[in-house]
Amino acid sequence: MDDNVILLVEDNPDDEALTLRALKKNNIVNQVVVARDGSEALDYMFGRGNYSDRDASRLPQVILLDLKLPKIDGLEVLRQLRSDQRTKLAPVVILTSSNEEQDRFKGYDLGANSYVRKPVDFNQFIEAVRQLGLYWLVFNERPPVGRR
Amino acid sequence: MLVSGAALLLACASFIAYDLVSFRQATIYNLSIQAQIAGSNAVSALLFDDQSSAEKTLSALQVSPNIISAGILALDGKPFAAYSRDNSGRTPELPRLATGQSETYRFSGGTVVLVRSIVFQGKSTGTIYIQSGLEALYSRLRLYAGISAIVLAVSLLVALLISPIFQREIAGPIVQLAEIAQLVSRDKNYSVRAAPADSCDEVSVLVGAFNGMLSQIQERERALQKAHDELEQRVQERTTELDNTNKELEAFSYSVSHDLRAPLRAIDGFSQALLEDYSEKLDSSGQDHLQRVRLAAQRMSSLIDDLLNLSRVTRSEMRREKLDLSAVVRSIAEELQRGTPSRKVTFVIADGLKVEGDSRLLRVAIENLLGNAWKYTSSHDSARIEFGLHQPNGRPAYFIRDDGAGFDPLYSNRLFGAFQRLHSMAEFPGTGIGLATVQRIIRRHGGDIWAEGAVEKGATFYFTL
Repeated sequence: MDDNVILLVEDNPDDEALTLRALKKNNIVNQVVVARDGSEALDYMFGRGNYSDRDASRLPQVILLDLKLPKIDGLEVLRQLRSDQRTKLAPVVILTSSNEEQDRFKGYDLGANSYVRKPVDFNQFIEAVRQLGLYWLVFNERPPVGRR
Repeated sequence: MLVSGAALLLACASFIAYDLVSFRQATIYNLSIQAQIAGSNAVSALLFDDQSSAEKTLSALQVSPNIISAGILALDGKPFAAYSRDNSGRTPELPRLATGQSETYRFSGGTVVLVRSIVFQGKSTGTIYIQSGLEALYSRLRLYAGISAIVLAVSLLVALLISPIFQREIAGPIVQLAEIAQLVSRDKNYSVRAAPADSCDEVSVLVGAFNGMLSQIQERERALQKAHDELEQRVQERTTELDNTNKELEAFSYSVSHDLRAPLRAIDGFSQALLEDYSEKLDSSGQDHLQRVRLAAQRMSSLIDDLLNLSRVTRSEMRREKLDLSAVVRSIAEELQRGTPSRKVTFVIADGLKVEGDSRLLRVAIENLLGNAWKYTSSHDSARIEFGLHQPNGRPAYFIRDDGAGFDPLYSNRLFGAFQRLHSMAEFPGTGIGLATVQRIIRRHGGDIWAEGAVEKGATFYFTL
């Protein structure tokens, strides 16, 4: 069950609602866990705090990561995920409004698997989510579990 | 020292030589006189063939200490009377008297022999000779040589004793001055000074002037350095200011890029949600409203993107490098054609036009210009877009020409304004920022851009770099 989770890290409730809507529109029925800031996301991934009863070795199928987050921002979350053996291999798609070169650079430099810009036009957004879903949930082969 | 010694030597030598010559002359003269006296005394002895009388006359010569021997010869050349100091009776070898010559002499072997003919009443009656030693001459020579040697030695000694004093007083400070001048010009160290001279003469004046000059130079150096430092500091301050301004601008753009878009997404997204979920509850008018809301949000998003691009163009560092403009144009043309393969557009691109400029920025400029050409010819079935070099007189300008919708030249001054458009959104999409961006890029390269066109007759954009 846990293995097909999509972790959505997004602080903006509007964006959260729209993303969930887009997923639904594309018939993507995976369980979506929403973390509303960086520390919540890390708690979930490392199985601590509110999620201390979660098995941290079970990685979500894809993490949709926004960059501008309160408390701990997206790039820091990414850095921490990549520096921990347990979460190093988790697929991370940066989904953000920013197209600033420095963000793209830092994102890839810290080890993001993909960088997608959130379009303003909702139809385009739906299409983007469709493509993301098709790729990351269907085509992409997951990293093997339980390897140290 | 050497020079003065040599001069002294030369002077002494010439004096001695002159003296010797005149002494020689005097000796000859004396001998001549003695020969004349003795000769005239012996005339009667010769005439009366009185040998002993002649010898007596000759022996009077023994008073003169230098005379070695003397003798009288008869007309036929046979010896008539002789005298020799040491009574040896030796006769020296006599120089011959030439005809008409009354007297002659010869120096040989440390003696001089004078021969003179004895004349009585105009007729030659015999010859007298006197041989004299040259000791006087030689001793004089020795004396003079001795004196001059002593004089030379003494004066050289004195010179030796005096010269260090002069050295110290005059040459010393000058040599020191020269050394310091060399030191200063080699090391560029203007803080050294020559030691001031004690005396109040020209040397001390020189030293004083030299030191004064060095002080002046040092002062100038200091002032120059100070001005340089001040300038450096000012440049530093300005650069920091500029950096800060740039950073602020970047932070501003970043925040714009992120924070302004999020609400736009919500506006568009939820309007779309409304349209989808509540379509039965909304009449066509209501749906139209929502569509307009969506379009407005999307348009605002493009405007934000364009503004950000424009500011990025101004902010970014320019890197000048050699660039093949023709190649850039060709690649963008191909991209456009690939994007809409159905369109029939002929590209006429001049080859090998090379320029110097920032490749990224120039690419953006060409994208905008070609993009415009592409867009504004979209209403025609077929189009022709040209790129080349226009060189009417001297100043070369590149141009991009299309045969599309063109523009009314009346409004040409609005072409390059930000967000200024000469067509409605319905005719051609766009925010009106493209040309403003191009202009900014061209201006940053130090060039200029202008346009010519007519309605429905296409437009040509010229630019220089």
